[in-house]
This record gives sequence, C-alpha cells and structure tokens, in this order.
Amino acid sequence: MLPSSGRDAADLSRPGRGSRQGNRLRLQLMHPDPRPLVLSLTGITKRFGPLTANDRIDLDVRAGEIVALLGENGAGKTTLMSILFGHYVADEGTVNVAGTGGQLAPLPGGSAEAALEAGIGMVHQHFALAENLTGFENIVLGTQSLWSTRLKRREARARVERLIEESGLAADLDVPVARLSVGEQQRIEILKALYRDVRVLILDEPTAVLTPQEADGLAATVRRLAGRGLAVIFISHKLHEVLALCERVVVLRGGAKVADRPTAGADRATLAELMVGRAIPARERPPTTPGASVLELRAASVGKPGQRDRLEAADLVLRAGEIVGIAGVSGNGQGALAALVAGLAAARSGEVTIAGAPAGEADPAGRIAAGVGRIPEDRHRDGTIGALSVAENYVLETVSEAGNQAFGFLRRAGIRARTGEAIRAYDIRCPGPDAAIRALSGGNMQKVVLARVLERAPRLILAHQPTRGLDIGATTEVHRRLIAARGRGAGVLLISEDLDELFALSDRIAVVHAGHLSPAMVAEGLDVRTVGLMMAGHMPGEAA
Amino acid sequence: MLDALDILLQANFWAATIRIATPLIFGVLGALLCERAGVLNLGIEGIFVAGAMSGWLAVYLGLPLWGGVLVAALVGAGFGLVHGVLTVPLGLSQHVTGIGVTLLATSAAYFGYRVAFPNVGTPPRIEPFPPLDVPVIGNLPFIGPIVGQQTAFTVLAFACVILVAFVLARTPLGLALRAVGDNPEAVEAQGLSVVGLRMGAVMAGSALMALGGAFLTLSAFNAFYFGMINGRGWVCIALTVFASWRPGKALVGALLFGALDAYQLRLQTITGGAVPSQIFLMLPYIFSIAALVLVARRADYPRALMKPYFKGQR
Repeated sequence: MLPSSGRDAADLSRPGRGSRQGNRLRLQLMHPDPRPLVLSLTGITKRFGPLTANDRIDLDVRAGEIVALLGENGAGKTTLMSILFGHYVADEGTVNVAGTGGQLAPLPGGSAEAALEAGIGMVHQHFALAENLTGFENIVLGTQSLWSTRLKRREARARVERLIEESGLAADLDVPVARLSVGEQQRIEILKALYRDVRVLILDEPTAVLTPQEADGLAATVRRLAGRGLAVIFISHKLHEVLALCERVVVLRGGAKVADRPTAGADRATLAELMVGRAIPARERPPTTPGASVLELRAASVGKPGQRDRLEAADLVLRAGEIVGIAGVSGNGQGALAALVAGLAAARSGEVTIAGAPAGEADPAGRIAAGVGRIPEDRHRDGTIGALSVAENYVLETVSEAGNQAFGFLRRAGIRARTGEAIRAYDIRCPGPDAAIRALSGGNMQKVVLARVLERAPRLILAHQPTRGLDIGATTEVHRRLIAARGRGAGVLLISEDLDELFALSDRIAVVHAGHLSPAMVAEGLDVRTVGLMMAGHMPGEAA
Repeated sequence: MLDALDILLQANFWAATIRIATPLIFGVLGALLCERAGVLNLGIEGIFVAGAMSGWLAVYLGLPLWGGVLVAALVGAGFGLVHGVLTVPLGLSQHVTGIGVTLLATSAAYFGYRVAFPNVGTPPRIEPFPPLDVPVIGNLPFIGPIVGQQTAFTVLAFACVILVAFVLARTPLGLALRAVGDNPEAVEAQGLSVVGLRMGAVMAGSALMALGGAFLTLSAFNAFYFGMINGRGWVCIALTVFASWRPGKALVGALLFGALDAYQLRLQTITGGAVPSQIFLMLPYIFSIAALVLVARRADYPRALMKPYFKGQR
C-alpha cells in the first residue's frame, strides 16, 4: 500500500529544494536521459553447475533513478545483486561503476570491500546486523581503522545524526539492535549504507518484513534519497509497490533479462505476465453453500491477559465450504488464535468446538486426527525440519499411520513413492524425495507443507500467512489450492496481513486488534478502508 | 566457628586468593576473547600445559624471565594458529578440534620435556619472579603483606583485564570482534575480513591462555611438573560463561574461585581431619557448577559461537 504517484510529484516540489528538483523533473522529460550513469553492467553471466543463474544481463542505472528489479524466486535477481556486491564473481561480463569524478571504472569482482569503496550499498532481506551492538555501533562498524586506539565517537555520531535528519530515517541508535523493531532495524541498515556515501543503494525485498505503514514510510524515504541523486535498485515482486515507486522496471526470468521499460504505461497484469512468462489466470471463486460449522469459538480467551498476542472472549463461527479471513497487524492475537486451532494452546475460558467436538486441552496430535490441517506462519521454524528430506517432512504428521510404517519401521519405498506423486501433482521443484528440504526455495517448501495438509482432505484448514515471502507463481498456486479445498467442503481460516489476499479469497473477514476479534463481516462489498481503520483499533460501535 | 571466619582476616588468605586466581584470569580472558569472536577454544587445557612448559624451559636455557613469558605467549599463539586454521577457514567442529589441540599441546609439552631432560627424576629449578617491592603500599598494614606476596606477573594479569576490556569496549577493533561473534555476515558486508578477525582473536586468546600456564612455572612455582595444570583450563571455560563474556566479571569470577580454593585449604587445617580432605577439594568445583547452573540459564551466548562462516553462503 504505497502512496500513489500523485504524491511523488508533491514530494519533488518540497519547499527549499524546489528549483533543483523542478529542473530535474523537466530534464527527465527530455531524451536522452541527461543524468550521469553511475552503474553499468554488461553481459553478466553466472553459472552454478548446470544452472545458468544469470545469462548475459545488461543493466544501466543513472543517478537519482529508482529502478525496480522484478522477477520470480530463482529468476536471478539475488545472484545478480550478489555479483554486484562482491559475494560472487561473475563468470563473464563486466561491472562498471562511476567513481567520485563521474568516470566509469571496472569494479573488481568478489570483494564486498571493493563494492563499498565504489559506493555500492546493499540492504539484504535478512539484515546483516550484529544484534549485540547498538544501531550506532553497527553503522560505524568497519569505517574506522582497526588499529586506531580509540573509536572516534563524537564526529561519527554527529554525522549519523545529520544523516537521520536529512533522510528522515528515525531509529534509536543507543540500544542493542536485537531490541529494535524490524522497521527500525531496516532503517539502521539503510543508514549504514548512507554513512558510507553510497551512490547506488540496493534494497532486496525491503517491504517483505514491514507493516503497511512502515512500507509507506520507506517509500517516502526512498523518494527523498533519490531526489538527492542516489540511485536505488528496488528488488521486489510486489507489483503495486513497483508501479507506485519506481520509474523504470527491469524484469528477469529464468536468469535472462526479458524487459527493461519505464513503469509509466505499465500495469500489473503485463508485469506479472513478463515475470511469470505466461498470463496469470484471474482467480475464480465459485460460489459454495456453507455447511455445518467446523470451528466455533464462544467467548474464548487464550493467552495471558497482559500480553498483546492473546484473545479475549472471542466469538467466531467457521463453516464447511467457506473461507474466513482474519485481518490485523501481526502480533495482535493471530498467534494465540492459530495456537488454539492447531492445538498448541488451550482456551483459558469460553467454549471451543472443533469439527463438532469440544477442543479441550492442548493436543496437536489430536487436532491432526480430528481433521485439522495446519499451514504455519513460519514454515522454516514450525512447518518443516530443515535437516530432514522432502519425503520425511511430507509424512511428518502421519508417520505412525499404516501406510508409512509397519511394526515401527518406516516403509521408505512407499513414503518415497507417495512423495514423488505429491512432487508431480504440486510441481515442487526439487532434486527428488530424498533431497534435504532446507535446500528448497521458500515457494517449493510451502508447496510441500500444502501438499502435506491437503493430502489428508482436512475439514478445517488453518492457513496462517500462507503466502508470506512467496512469489506470484507460488502465491497463485497456494490460493488456487485453498479455493479448491473450500469447494471440496473444507472450512479455511485464513490469517493474513495482506489485505489483497484476504479480499481475494475470503467469504467473510474479521479483524483482530489487541486481542479483540470483531464479528466476521461479509467480504463482498466490504470497504478496505473500514478494515484498515479496524486494524488500527477503531472498532465500530465504540465511542470515538 | 570463629576460626572459620578468622581466615578471612588473614592477609595470607587474600594473597593466596590472588595467586590462585592469576592463571585463571589469563585463561578466562583468553577464552572470552576467542568466544567473543565466535570460536570456542577447548585447546585451552593443553595450551596451559604448553605455555607452562615452554616458558619455564626458555628461562632454564638462559632467557630472562620476561623472555620466557614472551616464548610462552608465542607458543600459545602457535597452537591458536592451529586451532584457528582448522576451525575458521576450514570450518571444522570446534569441540572436536579443541580437544584435539589440547591432546596435541599436552603431549608436545611432555615430549619436549622428556627430550630436554631424558634422565632426570625431579625437574631442575629456575629462579622465579621475585615478590613485588612496592615503596609506599608495601608498608601499609594488611594491604602491604598481600601485595608483597605477589609478583610482576600478577600485575600483568590485571593489566590484561584492563587492556582487553578497553579494546572490546572502546576501539574499532573491539567493535568488529564483538560483531563477528554475533553475525559474521554483518562484518563481511562492512568490508571486513571475518577470517582475519577470528584468526587474530583465537591467536591472541591462545597467547593469553599460555601466559596462564607460564605463571605457574615462572611465578607460583619454579619448575614444570606433569599434571600441574590439573583442569585449570576447563575451569576457565566455565568461568567464561559465568562472566557473561565480560572482562570485568571474568576478574570477579577468577578471584571468587581463587578465594574458595584458598579458603578450603585453610579450612582443612582447622577441622583437623574430621572431614575427609577430598570434600574440601571439591568445594570450589561444586561452587563453579552451582554458579554455572544459576548464571548459564540466563547466559547470552555470542550468537555465532561455534557456527563456522563461509563466504558467499547465506
């Protein structure tokens, strides 16, 4: 939910910087682009064994430009940026970077130090922060000679504070990074790059971890920095963000560049098609007639009264053949609700009925037996066991059933065969059933979890952030499967922070805030802004 | 009962406390330096032995006492290099490698001793560090006798506490060392060398460990005996956790252990054999275990401790 491009223009004409910005805007309309090149990649090729991760990619970036690098997982975005930042060495091709004088010079490969020296900064999706150090210490880390006898704090501090003022990247500099919110940690990461006078800033999936409000703030910052002449490469697969923020979009697919065009005149459908290589079918949600209830909460309370992620006297009915979406900013009770449904926690008070029977004590195995399928929020932590194979993960919940074991011994051949079927049916890209699951991409890992859940034809599916971090292809697949399960008569409890997803899939939507769950509202005709206000705690019927 | 409390008022007891604590101070500082950078160094026990043996041998062969100290430090750094190469660039298991280094260093020290003195029953003695003769403080009541029983080597230990604390807290190098033990990717992304920092920390830490051993042969005693290290290195590993990887707390932990050890020695004489002496010998170790149980539950381990880092892998 980035601001529209209308705000872009407003931003550019901020007082004080008006004349220069105005010039730039006018110059932009001329052709060719007069802004100096700061980065030029030519013919970059990188192979990992038989896989060509980057295939003769050319990319030019000019000062003050915001370029989107768009592509599915595995399209080669991360590899390309890793080459630029010195984590990998390209097999072919050259990287030229403008020095302080504006002259392009080749960048030696394989050295993060050289990349930093040349003014390239990167903010990784997984932050490269030492969590035991403060934000300030992380920023100055490595910027002073290791052999100097004192850390020169005062000048460094003044510079960081000036950067904060100029960029608007507010963050607490004096507490260990571990105690900062994800948004603050990201701002520290960007400050780290700015402190080193970067001329090219690479942001790798920067909004994947942010709340909508934080994403808005980031977009404003990026625009402001670009207005000061910083070139920004914005890696993403969220199309609405790309369209709102970037002026040019470069699309990678299968390691090759398939498009390099201005965002003006592009729309989501064309970009999605370029990324995936085929038209994305519109989601179809055939009508169903909801049946008996599969989940009922009557004044159910979960979790300690003091904590934020809890439920207080929540009422909810989920029937067979419908999808009920739970909207809300993460940590407002979604975790407690998911734990309750999955059998990881018991209700403190109230009644909980799952598939017609009282839920009783915390009992995850009992829930599985009762026909509850669980797609956990964090597939790495709660959904899979990284060291085990795809096949072993696939049968994790049903390992004691007859088909998977006999007299306490695993029936490996059968397990492998059934996993092979799932791999084909769900198009899971992996070397085979025996591959370690941690080697799979996020999307493919999620497909294993999905296959495991759906194989047992559950009556109730708990889908907690089922598409977080997935690309369009995998997201479409997850959505299609959930809708199919609904059509088959399963009740789906969809907990998500992505409003687009909630509105596309849900029959009814409830909002959770600070442990209070709103009544579920019919999604058809529901106003997104109403839901947004409720997410911020403005429940209807309360005194303003 | 009063006798038991009376011990605490004896200058002798406090002098012994510091003397027993000194090798532990070196050892804990060394271990925490390695661990702060993300490398567990279980070679410590063997490096103590090698430091004790090499420092003493160097002095016996004619080097001055401080020359012996330097030799011990270099030998320690050498074993640190072995441990570092195996665990940092090669990324082998730090537990297994550390135990291997302990076995190697211990055996090498014993072997060196036998080669130097093939047919000697009792090891030859050297002239160890003399007691300190401090002008004004030496004449103070109570304090004077405590200080007067220490040597310059102990002063070096206390200086090292301040030095390590200062480096870790106040210098760019210390910042980088703390960062590399928490998230090596952060260090790499800032253009610093993870391998260089970790190797340096392991070598410097191992040199400190070897000084702990050398203190025993050059200051506390005047010769090298088999088995004289007797688990001091392992105690340091426990004390490092107790100290939460902080030099100041490391000093406190080492002194506490020293005090308990000195106390139990004196308590034995008071009870006059009514309680088996082994019970008393156990006391400091029982205390270490109890303290560890209490502290380690909340211990904030360096996040990257024992996790090898390979460039280009995420």
